[in-house]
Amino acid sequence: MIKQQVAGTVYGVILNDRVSVQKIGSLDEAPYKGAPKAPVLYLKPVNTRVGCGSVVSLPAGADRVEVAATVGLVMGRAAARLAPEMALDCVAGIVLAADLSLPHASYYRPAIREKCFDGALPLSSVKPLTDIAGLSLVTEIDGEVVDRRPLDELIRQPAQLLAEVSEWMTLNEGDVLLVGVRYQAPQARVGSSVRVSAESLGSLNFSIAGAEQ
Amino acid sequence: MKRGRIAYNGAVHQVTEADGKVRLADGRLLNEGDFQWLPPVEVGTVFALGLNYADHARELAFKAPEVPLVFLKGPNTITGHKAQTRRPADATYMHYECELAVVIGKTGKNVSKAEAMDMVAGYTVANDYAIRDYLENYYRPNLRVKNRDACTPLGPWLVDAADVPNPMALKLTTRINGKTTQEGTTADMIFDIPTLIEYLSSFMTLNPGDVILTGTPEGLADVKPGDTIETEVEKVCCLVNTIVDDATYFANA
Repeated sequence: MIKQQVAGTVYGVILNDRVSVQKIGSLDEAPYKGAPKAPVLYLKPVNTRVGCGSVVSLPAGADRVEVAATVGLVMGRAAARLAPEMALDCVAGIVLAADLSLPHASYYRPAIREKCFDGALPLSSVKPLTDIAGLSLVTEIDGEVVDRRPLDELIRQPAQLLAEVSEWMTLNEGDVLLVGVRYQAPQARVGSSVRVSAESLGSLNFSIAGAEQ
Repeated sequence: MKRGRIAYNGAVHQVTEADGKVRLADGRLLNEGDFQWLPPVEVGTVFALGLNYADHARELAFKAPEVPLVFLKGPNTITGHKAQTRRPADATYMHYECELAVVIGKTGKNVSKAEAMDMVAGYTVANDYAIRDYLENYYRPNLRVKNRDACTPLGPWLVDAADVPNPMALKLTTRINGKTTQEGTTADMIFDIPTLIEYLSSFMTLNPGDVILTGTPEGLADVKPGDTIETEVEKVCCLVNTIVDDATYFANA
């Protein structure tokens, strides 16, 4: 039985959709010196996780935040060295996620302050697994739709992504793999109300506040 | 006091050091080899520092960073003392990194440098292996280099902070098959422990069990299957690990 709330380690991947790859432009020059060969992951630690209805306070000095709507695959059992055709058998459910980042244009260095501040990962409860290629994620900021994101645009679809990632690391029961975020996602400001939704997954609402005093 | 965790007789036990043996809470003494070492703490968030020693930054031909270069590790990569770590067949350069590991003992946010050392429960040793063949210039060092299963041995002991009065002046030593290949001192850290705690806690809540791997000095060397690697931090402990090839690691797969 899968837990209702995410309790494992949450990983995400960048540059996993055609729009983002196009937007970032040529990767041949420094500092990248070539397109990535393997999936490029990041980790969202436990302090980032908050639920629907949260008020997220940005770190001191920040007044804007990128809101990257995505979904996470929730592992139902430990999985490593998966074959793509078997990979989805290990997934117990999915979560709707808003991966928050302080704006950073460069993917060269790990973006810990930018991506790991307290509250930087609003997450829904865990939902039954559906075919995510049929999903479209909608991001609204202060009631205005700022992004619609069909997940059939992913470069590595979930099964392929799980196979490649689990080649070098075990994903344990309850761990989550976010399937990809937009490069330079839409920005919310201090005071904004944000809603991320997808048909069949419901919605995730939260608001952005300034630094705690 | 030195505290460890072991698997013995079908259960996980917290143990203390007793003249080369380990002592269970009920007084039983066990000899090395009669139990399996586990990492001395059940880790929470694991932070690691890149280029936190000026000599090492030079060695890798990088300018020393102006803010701490921090990356994160998942629990899959942590393993205990005397474990095996796999060198994949296609790797041409895999190196150890001997590091002082700081274990957080309290919850804290916006902790000042002056208060930072009160957050520390104790210290252990980490060997933050890297396989440079997999380095890519995206969120570098990328997780394929630094978050591989069992590629970050930790332990064997958690030494109480009170027993390490000056953590910023400890000798670090790495030996491959008994031959010293890396020597340095924590005095050469660019961002010291209080600075790191102040920096991290300025945007994240730190929690008990979080671990900061504080970086490694110069003296990297390639490790090969069969090599025994000892990473030691003075006044803390000596962590032993063995490199194995794919065939050994996956022998029963």
